[in-house]
Amino acid sequence: MFSRSTSYISKRLYSKSVQENSKWRSVVGLEVHAQIQSNSKLFSGAGSKFSSPINSNVSLFDMATPGTLPTLNKSCVEAAVLTALALNCQVNPVSYFDRKHYFYADMPAGYQITQQRAPLASNGSFDFNVYTPSVHKKPYKTKVRIKQIQLEQDSGKSLHDFDRSLVDLNRAGMPLMELVFEPDLKDGDEAAALIKELIGIFERIRTCSCKMEEGALRIDANVSIHEKGQPLGTRTEIKNIGSVRGVAGAIKYEIDRQIKIKNSFGTVLNETRAWNAEKKVTVPMRDKEVQQDYRYMPEPNLPPLHVAMGPIEFGSVNADTIKKIIPELPEEIRIRLRNELGLTETQSIILVNDSCLLQHFELALKSKNVDPIALANFLINDLNTSLNKLKLEIENMNIPSKYFSEIIDLLKQAQISHQTARLVLDELLSGDSDTPAMIIEKRNWKQITDVDELTKICETVLKENEKALKDFLSGKKKVFKFFLGAVAKTTDNRANMGKCDEILKTLLSKRLK
Amino acid sequence: MEKVLNTNIKTTFKLLIENIVTVPEITAAAFNKAREFKKYNSFINLTEESANKQAEESQKRYDEKKPISELDGVPVAVKDNFCTKEVATTCASKMLQNFIPTYNATVVERLKNAGAVLIGKTNLDQFAMGSGTVDSIYGPSKNIWGYQGDDNFHIAGGSSGGSSIAVASGICFGALGSDTGGSTRNPASYCGVVGFKPTYGLVSRYGLIPLVNSMDVPGILTRTVDDCVSILNAIAGFDDKDSTSLERPFKKIRLPPADKMTIKDLKIGIPVEYYNEHLSDEVYFAWNEIANLLSNNGAIVKQISMPNTEHSIVCYSILNQCEVASNMARYDGIQYGYRAEENSSTEKLYATSRSQGFNEVVRNRILTGNYFLLTRNYEKYFNKALKVRRLIANDFHKAWEEVQILLTPTTLTTAPLYKDFVQKTNRDQCALQDYCTQPANMAGVPAISVPIKLSNNGLPISLQLIGRNLSEPMLLAVAKYIENLVQFPHFVNKSS
Repeated sequence: MFSRSTSYISKRLYSKSVQENSKWRSVVGLEVHAQIQSNSKLFSGAGSKFSSPINSNVSLFDMATPGTLPTLNKSCVEAAVLTALALNCQVNPVSYFDRKHYFYADMPAGYQITQQRAPLASNGSFDFNVYTPSVHKKPYKTKVRIKQIQLEQDSGKSLHDFDRSLVDLNRAGMPLMELVFEPDLKDGDEAAALIKELIGIFERIRTCSCKMEEGALRIDANVSIHEKGQPLGTRTEIKNIGSVRGVAGAIKYEIDRQIKIKNSFGTVLNETRAWNAEKKVTVPMRDKEVQQDYRYMPEPNLPPLHVAMGPIEFGSVNADTIKKIIPELPEEIRIRLRNELGLTETQSIILVNDSCLLQHFELALKSKNVDPIALANFLINDLNTSLNKLKLEIENMNIPSKYFSEIIDLLKQAQISHQTARLVLDELLSGDSDTPAMIIEKRNWKQITDVDELTKICETVLKENEKALKDFLSGKKKVFKFFLGAVAKTTDNRANMGKCDEILKTLLSKRLK
Repeated sequence: MEKVLNTNIKTTFKLLIENIVTVPEITAAAFNKAREFKKYNSFINLTEESANKQAEESQKRYDEKKPISELDGVPVAVKDNFCTKEVATTCASKMLQNFIPTYNATVVERLKNAGAVLIGKTNLDQFAMGSGTVDSIYGPSKNIWGYQGDDNFHIAGGSSGGSSIAVASGICFGALGSDTGGSTRNPASYCGVVGFKPTYGLVSRYGLIPLVNSMDVPGILTRTVDDCVSILNAIAGFDDKDSTSLERPFKKIRLPPADKMTIKDLKIGIPVEYYNEHLSDEVYFAWNEIANLLSNNGAIVKQISMPNTEHSIVCYSILNQCEVASNMARYDGIQYGYRAEENSSTEKLYATSRSQGFNEVVRNRILTGNYFLLTRNYEKYFNKALKVRRLIANDFHKAWEEVQILLTPTTLTTAPLYKDFVQKTNRDQCALQDYCTQPANMAGVPAISVPIKLSNNGLPISLQLIGRNLSEPMLLAVAKYIENLVQFPHFVNKSS
């Protein structure tokens, strides 16, 4: 689960997009490394648990012991095929593994096994919505193409002490999917929105935990700028961005940096940079200065990877079988929410972007057939406001979903006012485990709807506020609101304000005569 | 007791079952002989302690009349590029001089499970890169044939020279070698033993420290074809630890007695391209002689053409060096192996460890291989070599449309003198030495070197049989048939 501070209701302010008033156009392409959720590594039987003690999830193969050989983990292939299909990619019936050579202490074999020549899948695409409320008035939909998805091994980790370096190989050989996107994006907001959508898809298909704090999802961004109508500019690559907020921030910073350089007639270098999340700047990565030749070579110890599909029956996994288990994906849910339940586009986006909120919405609707729009509004506005006020996370909230539909139902029957609904919510959030109806009963919050009773109350209010009444009768129409407020106050917000509005109007018009 | 070691596996098995000899006795004899023949330098490391323990356990099984297999109690040697649990595995290199694996190669494990007694690890060219067993940090192995002293000896051939001599001299019945371009068959040919390279994928490579993964196979060295079959039966078959191992179940091979076999109408091909200017007259005559003999015994012998044979060596050289460059990348002195005294930077540590840990041959291959793999050269060299490899494999496919088996020389000459051999570079020697053996590795097909006769100066002359993929039963049967016809005068029989 990514940090909630980056969700759509974030208060963080982004400056306006550079595109609108600049001659520069920016182009952004992403490469995403997604760790596959599996019990063991890509080519060995070693465990893959994140928090294991240092160097405990290491098989002989993972430390490149001479004579050991890779054996492909079938469940990783299944996960990658499922991902590829969910992202509308063509799964290739035959793909190959290659060795990519470079020396690094946490890369014990001196090469990484990846899929360079013929990846597992290619030519995918998906739609996603871009909506940063502080930047965009309303959401807009765009599309990104996926060049390829390949399987590859992760490297280990180097730990640098002041006078020595140590190596932890727990991560070495962990299964990764590398998703290479076409440079179809124009700024950091789009890139961040793409990653959010991707996370939403992964949450559905469960092939990647997306735990960014564990490095389960790492993003590289290629950024360049050019003048409209001119060829693309020199690009820089920002490596290993570890949060959605970082993606937006790093790309925005990088675009601005490149514009500054070009505006002062400088040259943008083709280099690899890193995002410093604390200082909010990108900095050149020193050790990657030299252009590496990875000397790719086919991995001779692994036969071609065959995936069965359609008439092709030969394969270690079957794409057609996997296709059948793809759950409903975010875009499909948004469409359903709009088309079948009548939600607005924004509502559908916000709900789908927050799987927990969506789950409450769906369960609530299932428990009681209430107006979906009213329910969605209540969850998006009232629940989120109350959660923010109390600094609570929705994941940690244990209100049964059916209570929300109950509140909506009580609202509809005019048993409570909207104001009271919020009070009930706060009660529930502060730990009251009674049903909304019981809370209302217990607290005597039930709305007063009886016209006679309300008329009496209104009469009393008018009587008790002679000065205000005089003002009103002499033409100060604004005082009407004061009467409404007084009614609300004397009834502890229990009066049905719609009815009181009418009653007061009638009473006052009588007096005007 | 040493006489038992000069017999064969089946005879020994019978003697053990009848309790005429015991496993500890045979094991002790093997070590006595190993010490007696120390000057030939066939072993890097003798594992006497663990062997004695294995021997006792094996004897217990015989005492209980429950031997595991005909290999139970049989002394075997293993080339020092197969990982052996808790036994140093050096690849005859400084780089792995201190490397003690924590696991057994699948072939070693299967031999152990069959009851065989591991007596030691045998000498080789560093990382199996060579064809003489001369480039070892433990010094060259020396051929028992024509040996006239430490400064005047013939090479054993290589790179499995240590295993070949261990078998030829009767220290053990069988030994494992590895075969990438002929490394099992070449020394077998020079030492007068049977050297067998199985179909690629039939025998697991797990635990074999790789030279060229796409061509390496564990090889078997024995004095007789029957002994070779006994060992093959123990080690062959699918291994889930090796993704290139063949899944098809291996059916144990049973060969009929030689006098019950016929080769009537067997179609034998003589590929004319295996004749080249370096082929010695004696080998050439032996080749002809056997072809005629087989023809006289009812086989249909015909000349065929395999036009891409001459390109095999240069193609092999490129593929070999590329895979070597890649496979050697792991030796950086970090996780295991030799680490130089160098702390100024990680890069310096790598560079110094590697330059000190590898010999010149290895370093040269790494440099050349990396050059071939550069992006700008990949198409020109590596990919082209892959295409040529396909052509060579196709030569074999076409040959099988005409014949069932090929008869060729194994080596172009008898074993050269050490002092002559080292005049040429490792590279040139490999090109020459591997000429007849290498194409089989390109195609993955099985091949066997069978000793035929002694040359005028008393050195073994051998011929090679090559069959199609998984034709082991037929290939080994024909080898046994020839073995019976020629009655090669084995070294162990000469000395007794």
